[in-house]
Amino acid sequence: MSTTAPVPETTRKDWMSDQEVRWCPGCGDYSILAAIQLALPDMGLRREEVAFVSGIGCAARFPYYMNTYGMHSIHGRAPAIATGLAMARPDLHVFVVSGDGDALSIGGNHLIHALRRNVNITILLFNNQIYGLTKGQYSPTSEVGKVTKSTPFGSIDRPFNPVSVALGAEATFVARTHDMDRKHMIEMFKRAHAHKGASIIEIYQNCNVFNDGAFGQITAKDSRDAMLVPLHHGEPIRFGNENERGVVLDRGGLRLADVADVGEDALLVHDETRDDPSIAFMLSRLAHGPYEPTPVGVFRAVERPEYGEGVNQQLAAAQDDKGPGDLHTLLRSGATWDVG
Amino acid sequence: MSDTVQDQPAAAQPAESIDRVIIRFAGDSGDGMQLTGDRFTSASALFGNDLATLPDFPAEIRAPAGTIAGVSAFQVHISDHDITTPGDAPNVLVAMNPAALHSDLYRLEKGGSLIVNTDAFSDRNLAKAGYDADPLHDGTLDGYKVYEIPMTELTKKSVEHLGVKPRDAERSKNFFALGLVSWMYTRPVEPTLEWIKTKFAKSPQVIDANTAAFKAGHAFGETAELFDHPYEIEPADHEPGTYTNITGNVALAWGLVAAGQLSGMPLFLGSYPITPASDILHELSKHKNFGVRTMQAEDEIAGVGAALGAAFGGHLAITTTSGPGVALKGETIGLAVSLELPLVVVDIQRGGPSTGLPTKTEASDLLMALYGRHGESPMPIVAASTPAGCFADAIEACRIALKYRTPVFLLSDGYLANGAEPWKLPDVESLPDISTEFATEPNGENPGGDAVHHPYVRDPDTMARAWALPGTPGLEHRVGGLEKADGSGNVSYSPENHEKMTHLRQAKIDAIARDIPDAVVEGDTDADLVVVGWGSTWGAISGGIDRVRARGRKVARIHLRHLNPLPPNLGDLLAGFDRFLVPEMNLGQLSKVLRAEFLVDARSATKVKGLPFTASEIEVAILDHMEDVR
Ligand code: SF4
Repeated sequence: MSTTAPVPETTRKDWMSDQEVRWCPGCGDYSILAAIQLALPDMGLRREEVAFVSGIGCAARFPYYMNTYGMHSIHGRAPAIATGLAMARPDLHVFVVSGDGDALSIGGNHLIHALRRNVNITILLFNNQIYGLTKGQYSPTSEVGKVTKSTPFGSIDRPFNPVSVALGAEATFVARTHDMDRKHMIEMFKRAHAHKGASIIEIYQNCNVFNDGAFGQITAKDSRDAMLVPLHHGEPIRFGNENERGVVLDRGGLRLADVADVGEDALLVHDETRDDPSIAFMLSRLAHGPYEPTPVGVFRAVERPEYGEGVNQQLAAAQDDKGPGDLHTLLRSGATWDVG
Repeated sequence: MSDTVQDQPAAAQPAESIDRVIIRFAGDSGDGMQLTGDRFTSASALFGNDLATLPDFPAEIRAPAGTIAGVSAFQVHISDHDITTPGDAPNVLVAMNPAALHSDLYRLEKGGSLIVNTDAFSDRNLAKAGYDADPLHDGTLDGYKVYEIPMTELTKKSVEHLGVKPRDAERSKNFFALGLVSWMYTRPVEPTLEWIKTKFAKSPQVIDANTAAFKAGHAFGETAELFDHPYEIEPADHEPGTYTNITGNVALAWGLVAAGQLSGMPLFLGSYPITPASDILHELSKHKNFGVRTMQAEDEIAGVGAALGAAFGGHLAITTTSGPGVALKGETIGLAVSLELPLVVVDIQRGGPSTGLPTKTEASDLLMALYGRHGESPMPIVAASTPAGCFADAIEACRIALKYRTPVFLLSDGYLANGAEPWKLPDVESLPDISTEFATEPNGENPGGDAVHHPYVRDPDTMARAWALPGTPGLEHRVGGLEKADGSGNVSYSPENHEKMTHLRQAKIDAIARDIPDAVVEGDTDADLVVVGWGSTWGAISGGIDRVRARGRKVARIHLRHLNPLPPNLGDLLAGFDRFLVPEMNLGQLSKVLRAEFLVDARSATKVKGLPFTASEIEVAILDHMEDVR
């Protein structure tokens, strides 16, 4: 289906479908949708080569709003379905849109295996730390003690940290962004798309109906500088209103420090290409929740063979070796005898 | 096959000609009985006999050695004429240890030949097999022709000169048994010797040991004077053509490869290992030069999910599994019903519920295939009835899936999957074209007046929806599990629309009845009683019917390949009979369907023992129903 004609210039409008967007007014999903539609014109893609696959949840309505190919599938299964699509059609750019319940609860198995295989897909994980579509039960990313309809006395299970999970599954590209910073979202989306293999971006997303302000302490405009720790490859990790704080590697662990105390040279220099995911993992554990200084940006971006490519190489090798399949020969590949 | 003559300088022992024999090889799971039976089968197939096999093995890879639970058996029926079952009672039982004797003796026909490996009859083994006294000496075997042979010792002796360690030497004893039985039934020797060389190519010592044991067994038969003479079974009178010996799973896998070629679409298999379906995954993963992509997924759900994703991308998508896997895949199959995308779900049925009897056959998933999804979600069902037939059935399932944009169930079972029979190879040129068309131009307009693709616009003949593949410019569209508006495919919660779409989905599947062959009455069309069957009961029903007719009684039979929709003439055919017998390896699932659809007094004959029906069981069931005064 490939064509050599130049990719037409597009604008945000070209990526918007004719369907009315039906999230609650004020939902963070709107700004994520806008950021994707703004990022796509810069990715050099044809509309027909893009497919969005989603599961179930508020976020999962996303494909209906994109003027691309799309499938709104079933709860938790989008990474598996997208794996098949990406394997079958390496010419496509496959995005998965998922939420915290979809990706980390019912679909946890598919998520980690898609990452492990390094399938060529881009996973957008909208994390709002709540079940929205089913009207407000705690999710696998909700904080301990969360009082919801299904946990009137507070939840007692410990939450997943999506970035830690992704790194644990040895994802080759892991990033975090949030719905209050369009520029940062667009940058992350473009980086993720440019990555060969599986990429996952955790997006802190505000559910203003069931979990309003879950990330307010760190994403609000006036607290961002003090509470978000931007990761830039090759640069010392520092943050703060005056950039006065930083991250240091100390006795095998990471801790926050005042630059004035430790000196600039003591700061950890971020290396997203480090093959060993340990430091990226430590970074993902820096904050215990969205109320402490929290890293955002690309945690990890390493190169590893992409799954679908491996599949196709085996196919090509088999054809080189045996020639294209011939049915007549196949049927006679076991012992045969003739009856005259 | 002149080897027979060369290897048989049996001037003193002219072979006696017989028309058929049923042999059962039984031993411990570690004794290589499946390999032995399989090899005997292949040699017989190459010789030109008709045959049917029944591998019968435990779920455990190695159950405790020497116990009844660890017995693994392989029954093969070979003949000089057409046969349809692996036979009721074996004429020959090869028992490699006391447990095999204890578990399988009851199957042996009265007066049948029993070949026992006496070396295995130690006190310890007898106790493990649950014998209080040695059956070789307490009269248990009275009335059988017993051949007591110290196979282990003879095998060890035969390989002594090769320097094989005694423990390794013992492993070759199944080849001694194979050599002996090959002599008894004048099987050609060369193909087996050749096969040993290829099969064990990695270890020259194993080749030598197995060859020596095989030859020793063969020579033993000739010289030991235990046996009066060998037997001969002439090649069957098969139609002219080229034949191969094939199991149901391999035939099914090849049928899928063929369907890929015949549709011009790349084949995609998403699967998770499960008994007894895994061999299809194994087989398909070999054929990458046909452009076949196989994915061993993280679970059953991902297997069908990946297949559905590939279907969306325009591949011929397959998922293979057994009952427990179908249960897990149910939600995704429902999505395929809603998306109206082609997908073939292969269910190699086994004993259930739950893990049930993983290695034993049953055909109890019919109602799950028909109804095992939430909501109104109709699906066509094709059922295989013979091992070789799985080839054409796989193509048929793919044809329906592609033409009508629907998931299709292909039902097989453990008996067909592992059972083998000679297959006359079809002419590749004669196979059907099952290619389908994809949308290339917009077929609708959106409210803004732009030309767009409406995925739920239907073909007036087939009611299949328009299918535009990702990558097609201008036809970008979204599908999903939410109810869709007729035509445009946009999300719709309208009550009228949902009712309409529910009926449309049903009507599309129902209308496939126009595109499948009529059901056929075989046997005595003027009989009172008709036997209606489906699936692997075909062989046993054929045998049972023949016996009833040989008694001068009239009986007819109808065997169904399409279970949804049913053949359009089935109701009319049934109306011509008074009595209906439905033999099934379940508690009466098809009979329920026939009662519901046609208001006939369908009577069940059921068997859920993990084993196929025998012809005599069918014969008895037919006669019982005939005698029954209502
Ligand atoms: S429930 Fe929450 S997440 Fe869902 S649309 Fe409304 S605000 Fe957004």
